[in-house]
Parts: sequence; structure tokens; C-alpha cells
Amino acid sequence: MDLSRRDIFKIGGKLLLLASAGATLEEILGAAPPSEAYRMADHWWGMIIDIDKCIGCGSCVRACAQENQVPAGFFRTWVERYQVEEGKQPLVDSPNGAMDGFPPSKRTDLKSFFVPKLCNQCASSPCVQVCPVGATFVSPDGVVLVDETYCLGCRYCVQACPYGCRYLHPQKRTVDKCTLCYHRITKGLTTACCENCPTGARQLVDFKNPEDPVHEFLRNNKVEVLKPYMATGAKVYYKDLDGAVR
Amino acid sequence: MIPGVDGFIYPNEVELQWGLLVVLYPYITGLVAGAFILASLERVFKVEAVRPTYRLALLTALAFLLVAPLPLQLHLGHPERSLEMYLTPHRSSAMAMFGFVYLWYLMVVLLLEIWLEYRADIVRLAQTTTGWQRLVYKLLTLGSENVSPEARRIDDKVSYIVTVIGIPSAFLLHGYVGFIFGSIKANPWWSSPLMPIVFLFSAMVSGIAAVLALYMAFMKVKKMPLDMGCLDTIAKYLFYTFVIDFSLEMLDLVQRTYEADESFRTLDFMVHTRLWGSQVILQICVGTLLPLALLAANQLWRFSVSRRKAMYLAASLLTMM
Repeated sequence: MDLSRRDIFKIGGKLLLLASAGATLEEILGAAPPSEAYRMADHWWGMIIDIDKCIGCGSCVRACAQENQVPAGFFRTWVERYQVEEGKQPLVDSPNGAMDGFPPSKRTDLKSFFVPKLCNQCASSPCVQVCPVGATFVSPDGVVLVDETYCLGCRYCVQACPYGCRYLHPQKRTVDKCTLCYHRITKGLTTACCENCPTGARQLVDFKNPEDPVHEFLRNNKVEVLKPYMATGAKVYYKDLDGAVR
Repeated sequence: MIPGVDGFIYPNEVELQWGLLVVLYPYITGLVAGAFILASLERVFKVEAVRPTYRLALLTALAFLLVAPLPLQLHLGHPERSLEMYLTPHRSSAMAMFGFVYLWYLMVVLLLEIWLEYRADIVRLAQTTTGWQRLVYKLLTLGSENVSPEARRIDDKVSYIVTVIGIPSAFLLHGYVGFIFGSIKANPWWSSPLMPIVFLFSAMVSGIAAVLALYMAFMKVKKMPLDMGCLDTIAKYLFYTFVIDFSLEMLDLVQRTYEADESFRTLDFMVHTRLWGSQVILQICVGTLLPLALLAANQLWRFSVSRRKAMYLAASLLTMM
């Protein structure tokens, strides 16, 4: 077929029109519906943490920071080291959130253990309660998220979180927090922190999945959430949590 | 990069999220609520002695109320989204009603009352001035130039009703700010049902002190004699509200110290280290006990006029500090 330059321009113009019409249509109708593979109503996400397995290497902190581009000096997850002497106040440290692990302890006669922390994805979350515009919310699958196109940056939620999990993103000027790697878990993957934990101390769980090992874990172990007296409906369960942990 | 985090602070809490700009807001609305309560003393409770400060108190309240949201606006990460709080308020948030309470107080109470108070003057000026001034005053009359004794009587009546509504509104404005802080269960030092009442009384104290200082300053500038009866009465009310305010705060402190639960250890540590200068020395000793002593001395003994003036001025300035 012989095509003149004029024909090419004509066809090109038509294609351009069609493409822009399609794009406009998509804009009007919204994005394509999520694939059938993931239905929010079928899940209720949380995490279980086995304190005895945590070695304080900080892999989870580094993986999280890289996966989610967490700004330096702020943490979606971090690890605390507790050193408890009988009858004394515990010594707690978390140098740079344990991004580079921990320096060796100066004392060897103390009860010592690591506690990984992250957003507890509370079911009755104080941060969600206080947001003046509803920019932070619990998704139908049980993850506390922030709509960064809507957040005022008033930081009332930062004050209201009993676990210190929120911060103001210095560039976006909106509140940022752990999303439980929502972009990964909705595609059937686990979170960056769980994926990179060398000892399997942290494990993503789905309470609505009857096959999930979480049910057996909760049945067979003594577990606790952080600050249970806050009654926030926290969904991060710790195995053998020491009373010194706050 | 932060060097390291020890003890009681979570890594994300190293940076102070609610700083000076947030503190300024309750301070300024405190002045508003306090000044308005002082104005209502004359209007509703018929304390004639404070009549000279009635207009000053109302204007003080208006001036501070107009600038009150500025520090909050500057504090927001996205100030351009602040209107969302009016358009899509989240009902469960203690902060969501803020804009409505603020607007109610500004539009319904303060502007209305000031307009009623100044109406006769506005009408007079609309008739005697010329040019653009006349136009402005004409607009401000809102179309009503009737200042007959009958009309003024109705003005007075309406103004009285507005003030009666205004007192609970002033309480609401400031008690509500107290609730925003007092309802945070994550912060054991704030979380207290006393918070709205403490906010309210400290508002009255600082507001009355502000009007007292402003009145003395204005009279100095205008080279007019001070009404000592008025000053004495304001100082008396300042003293009473201050005693209540201080008692409430001390009650809170005594209760916390005596219960000495887990959060007290941190509080105790802070008070003895970083907060020693600002809270103990500045706020309790210089900002509270000293002015209270000055005001109490005036209730017990009679000093000369010049000495009283100096004492009142010192007390009000220290209070506002």
C-alpha cells in the first residue's frame, strides 16, 4: 500500500483523537476495577511477632526504608533493645531506629531482648478517631492508611497515636506511617519487613483466612498486644512480651 | 541524623510536632474569652465599676480573635486544605468542630455585639462625614439609621441577649480547646477531664489581665486619668479567677504526685530537668505566685494610688507572660 505523507498525518491524527478520547473516558469512569484476585472484604490483616526470634539486625528497618522511601530520621518500623536489671528501670535504646543494628551491650549481666515495632493497625484507632477531615481511615481489609491528597498536616493523629508510629513527611508535608506494604499485600506478596527478616520473627497474617497459621499461633502461645489498656484494638500480636515493654 | 534514642521517647517522637505555633492559639483565644467575660460583667452582671473598659474589652476580644487562627494556619503542613475542615468535617474528631465554634463566636456573638454597641456612633458618623468615609459608615449602618430612644432601647435588649448567649459561647470556645488537648489518651499529662475547666479559668485570668494592662496603656497614651474604682474592681476579679485557676492546676499536680503512677516518673524527670526553668521558675513562681501575691496584698491592705497602679501593671504583665 502506498501511503502519502498526507495519509500518514491523517491516520496519525485519528489515532491521536481516539487515544485521547479513550484516556478521557477512563478519567471520567475512574480507574479499572481491581482484579477479581483481590477482594478487600475477604481479608483482615495483622502481624505476629516472635520476640525470642528477633536478633536486632535491623534488616526489617532497612528493607522498609528502601521499599517505602521512608525519609531519613523517621521510621515506619524500628527495633528497640530492652536491657532489664532486676528491680530497676529498663534501659531502652534504638539507635537510628536500629537501621544499622545495635552496638554491643556494655553489660552482660542483664536480661536483654529486641522488640520490633510498627503501626499496630488498630481496629478502633485513636488516630483515625481524631483526624478532623477523615484523611486517615481503616480500610475494609483492616489497614490504617492516610490519604495524602487530603491530609491537612495538622498532626493531631501524631499526638493521638499511643505507639509513636506516625510522623510528618518532611517533603510531602502530610502525615506518613506504615501501610503494612499495602501495595504488596494486595498483590499476594508479604511486607518488605517480613520478607527480609532472616529469622522469621515477624509474620504477616490474615485473620479472615481460616488456613492462616495465625489461628494456631494464637491458640498455642501466650500473646499480648502493646499497651492493651489503651483499648485500641491493636492487631500486632507479640509472643512472650515482657512486662517492661512500653 | 539523630544520634540515638534512649529511655522514654520513641524514635519518631524526637521531633516536637506541636510547637510554639500550636501553643499560641489557646493563648490568644484565652485572651479573647477572658476579655469577653470581663465585658459581660458590665452588661449582664451589672458591675457598673468596669463600665470604662467595656468597649476596650470587646475590641480586645475582636482583635485577638481575628488573628487567632493565623498561627494554626501556619502550623499546618498544607494550609491551603484547611477549608476541608468546614466542607468535610469528620464527626468523631474532637478538632472537627473547631471552625464552626470559631465562626459562631466571631459572627454571632462578637461582631453582632460590637455592631450594636457602636451603632449610634456609626449612624452619627455616616451623617457627619463626607467622601469615602461616609460611604464606609453608610455600609456599616447596614441600612438602619434609626437611633431614636425607642430603637436604642431595643438595641440594648438585643445586646443583652447576645451577651447572655455569648457567655456560654466564650466558655464553649475555650473549654472546647481544652477538650481537644484533654481527650488525647495517648498523652497522660494532657488526658484529664479537668482540662477544659483549667483552660477556661486560665483564659479568664489572662484575658482580664490583658484588658487591665491595655486600659492602663491607653489612658497613658491618651493622657486621660485612670478610673481607680474600675482598676480596683478588675484587679479584684483578676485575683478571684486567678485563685480558682491556680487551685485547679495545683489540684491536678497534687493528684498526679500523690497517685504517682507510671506516667508521673517521666513527668517528674522532665520537671526536674528540662522544664525546671520554664515551668517551675517562670510559670509557677514568677508568672503565678508573684502576681497572686501582689493582687492579694491589695485585697488585704490599702496602698496609695501610684503604688496600686504599679502593682496592678506588674501583676497583669507577669500574668500574661
